[in-house]
Amino acid sequence: MTAPHKDELSGVDTTGHEWDGIRELDNPLPRWWLWVFYACIAYAIGYCIYYPAIPLINSATQGISGYSSRAELHQEVAAAEEGRAGLIAQIDATNVEDIAKNDSLHRFAVSGGASAFKVYCSQCHGSGAQGSPGYPNLNDDVWLWGGTVEEIHQTITHGIRYNGDEDTRFSEMPAFGRDQILSGSDVRAAANFVGKLANLEHDAALAEAGATVYADNCVSCHGEAGKGMRDLGAPNLTDAVWLYGDTVAEIAAQISAPQHGVMPAWGERLGDVTVKQLAVFVHSLGGGE
Amino acid sequence: MSESPSVSDAQSADPKSLESFDVEAVNRRDRQEPLYAARKKIHPKRAEGRFRSLKWVIMVVTLGIYYLTPWIRWDRGEFAPDQAVLIDLYHRRFYFFFIEIWPQEFYYVAGLLIMAGIGLFLVTSSVGRAWCGYTCPQTVWVDLFLVVERAIEGDRNKRIRLDKAPMSAEKAVKRVSKHTIWLLIAASTGGAWIFYFADAPKLAVDLFTGNAAGVAYATVAVLTFTTYTLGGLMREQVCTYMCPWPRIQGAMLDEHSLTVTYNDWRGEPRSRHQKKLEAAGKSTGDCIDCNACVAVCPMGIDIRDGQQLECITCALCIDACDGVMSKLGLEKGLISYATLNDYNANMAKAVNANGEIEPDRIRNSAGKLIDTLTHTNWRSIIRVRTMIYICAWAAIGFAMLGVLLTRERLDLNVLHDRNPLFVTLSDGSIRNGYTVKILNMMPEPRLIQLTIEGLPGARLIIPDIKDNPEDAVLLPAEPDQLETVKVFLSMDPKTLTEQKTPFRFVVQDINGSERDSYDAVFEAGESK
Repeated sequence: MTAPHKDELSGVDTTGHEWDGIRELDNPLPRWWLWVFYACIAYAIGYCIYYPAIPLINSATQGISGYSSRAELHQEVAAAEEGRAGLIAQIDATNVEDIAKNDSLHRFAVSGGASAFKVYCSQCHGSGAQGSPGYPNLNDDVWLWGGTVEEIHQTITHGIRYNGDEDTRFSEMPAFGRDQILSGSDVRAAANFVGKLANLEHDAALAEAGATVYADNCVSCHGEAGKGMRDLGAPNLTDAVWLYGDTVAEIAAQISAPQHGVMPAWGERLGDVTVKQLAVFVHSLGGGE
Repeated sequence: MSESPSVSDAQSADPKSLESFDVEAVNRRDRQEPLYAARKKIHPKRAEGRFRSLKWVIMVVTLGIYYLTPWIRWDRGEFAPDQAVLIDLYHRRFYFFFIEIWPQEFYYVAGLLIMAGIGLFLVTSSVGRAWCGYTCPQTVWVDLFLVVERAIEGDRNKRIRLDKAPMSAEKAVKRVSKHTIWLLIAASTGGAWIFYFADAPKLAVDLFTGNAAGVAYATVAVLTFTTYTLGGLMREQVCTYMCPWPRIQGAMLDEHSLTVTYNDWRGEPRSRHQKKLEAAGKSTGDCIDCNACVAVCPMGIDIRDGQQLECITCALCIDACDGVMSKLGLEKGLISYATLNDYNANMAKAVNANGEIEPDRIRNSAGKLIDTLTHTNWRSIIRVRTMIYICAWAAIGFAMLGVLLTRERLDLNVLHDRNPLFVTLSDGSIRNGYTVKILNMMPEPRLIQLTIEGLPGARLIIPDIKDNPEDAVLLPAEPDQLETVKVFLSMDPKTLTEQKTPFRFVVQDINGSERDSYDAVFEAGESK
C-alpha cells in the first residue's frame, strides 16, 4: 500500500490514483448524496416486493401487485375494443351501401377493411389488392360479378364457386376443347375472333371463320358484342383486362379447358361487420361502381 | 520474527537497544476523514449596492416574464387560440405572438436552442458567468427564497442565532411560516408553468375546481417539489454539485473574460490591525480583513482565495467591499470585475523583485492609486473570439428570421401509391393513385385549387368528389388543418413516351397568391 498523499494546495488527501501528474482528491461525499443512495436502495426493495422481480428456476417472484405485462396488454386490447364498440355496432346496424354516407363511419370501415384484407385476402389478391394471373385485380374498374358495394359484399359473404355455401356465385364455362364440343381449329378460330373483339394481335382470316363459332357457342353468355354478362360472371371480352392472359394462345387455352377460380365464402367465418368493412375497403380502392 | 524473546528475557532488555519503527497509523484518529460530510449551512448577509440593485431589477423582470407571459392575449381570429404564448401539445401547435409553428417546423426551436447555446458562450467569454449570477432561475429563485427567509428570521446574525437556539414556540412559528411561504412560492412556480400548455384563464378555473387534467396536477406537484427542494433547501449545492456549467466554464473563460476578482495587488498584506502595523513601520494593503465579502456570499466562498468553481459571479462581494472602502475613504474596487490580463498587469506593478506585494508601489505620494494602473472597461468585450460568437449568433438569427418571414403557409405533400404502382383499366388506360396532403397553415378556412401540370391528357379523378372532368379541382381546406385527398390520374398509354413521366401537382389559394407544388411521377409500367 502506498503512503497517503496529501494535496499541497487544498490539504486534502488524494485517492492515490495519478494520471499524468493529476491526482484525484479524496473529499468526503455530501451527506445528501448518501441519503439519495439510501432512498434508491429503499425504492429498489419496495420495487422487488411490489412488482415481479426476482428470477427463480422456472418462474419469477410475482410481487404483491399482481402486475403482469401480458395482463396489461389484455387490458389495453380490451380498452381498444371497448372504444371501437360503438362504431362496430353502428356498422352492424347500417346497410353496407349506406356506410359511405357517414364520413367517420366510412373512414373507420376503410381502415378496418384494410387490416382485415391484409390478413384474409392478400394471400390471393396481393397486399395491394393488385391480383395476379387467375386472381382478379381489385383496383381496376372490371368486375366479373358486379362492382357496387352491395355486389362486392355479396361476393365476399358467399364466395365464388364455393362448395360450402348454397348462395355462392356460380358459373362454369364448358371445356370446349377438352370435352370435344369443338374441334381444335374451331377453338383457334373462336380465340382469334375474341382477339379481334378485344383489339389484340390476331389472325384476321381465322377471326372471320371464328365469327360463326362464337355466334353458335359463346353468345349466350358473353353476348353478341362480347360484353359479357354479370349475372353469370361471364367476362367482358372487349376490355383490356384479362384474368388468364391477353394473347390469342392463352385465350384458346381458356376456351379449350377453362380454369375457374374459387373464392371461399367469408360471411360466416368473419362475421358480417368485418365483411362489410372489407366490401367498403375494396370498393374504395378506385374501381368501385 | 523467528526468535521471539521470552517474557523473562524481555525484562532484562534495554529499551533503547530495541528497534523503533518510522510509521504512521493510516487510520489514526485525528487523520480519519468522514466518508460523508453534512452540508454546512450558509447564511448570506444582505448586501447593499449597485449590483444588489441590479439583481433586484432583474429578479422582478424575469419573474414577471415567467408569471405573466401566459396571461397575455393575442387575437388570431376565431379558428386559433388567443393566448400569445402557447405550447398546444394536443393539437401539436406552438404559438408565439404572431408566429405559429407546426411540428415539422420544429427546426426553429432547434435554431433557438443553438442561439441560446452560442449566446451562453458569448456571455461567458465576455462577461463571465453573468448568466449564473443574475438570470439563472436557480439564482433568481434562491434570491426570492432568501427574501422570505430574511423577512421572517432576520438577517445573517439573527438566523445563525435562531439556528443555534433550542426549539421554542417562537422558533417553531418562524420555521413553519417560512416553509409555508416557500411551499406557496414553489406551488405557484409549478402552477405558472402549466399555463404555458393550455388556455390560462380556463385552466386556472379548472385547476381550482378540480377539473384539470391529472397531468396538470402531477406537473404542479413535481415542480413544487423541485422548486422547494432546489431553491429552498439545496441552494448553492445545486450549482456546485449538480450543474454542469461550472465545469464547462473552465473551457469558456479566458484571460479576457470578466470575473469577480479580489485585487490582492492592492489589498495585501491584509490586516485587521492596520494602524498598529503602520505604527510599527510595516506597510499594509487596503484589505482590513473584515470578512464582509465572505458574509454576503451565497456560495460560501472567500473571493480572496481567487477565482473558483463555486463562484457564480453574483458580485455581491463587490457591493459589500465597496461599502467598506467608502467608509474607509479609499477607492472602490478592491473587489471588482476584472480580466485576468488586467489583474496580471496591475500585479506586475505591485510586486517587488522578490515577488512580494508592496502597497507603496501602486500609491503615489498623496496616497492615491497611481494613474498607470489598468482599469477593466467594456472594451475587453470586443475581441476576435466574441466577434465570432456574435457573428454566428446573428447569422443564425437572421437566417431564421428570413426563413420565418418568407415561409409559405400553404404546403403540399404527395405520396405516390406504391402497391400497386399502376392499374390497367377496362378501356386500356393506365391509372396511378396519389395521396395528396394539403397543409393549410393559416388559422382560417381557404379554398384551394389543385391542378396538375406537365401531363396533358390526364384525367383527374377524386372519388370523394363526383363529376370532376376538369383538370383542376377546388378543395375546401379547414383552418389550420391538414387535408388528405385521394387522387387518381388516368392516361391513355399511347400518349406516353416514357415509362415514368414526371409532372407536378400544384395547389393555389384562389383568394390569395400563395401556391406550392410537388414534383411527382406517372408510372405506366413496361410499354407494349
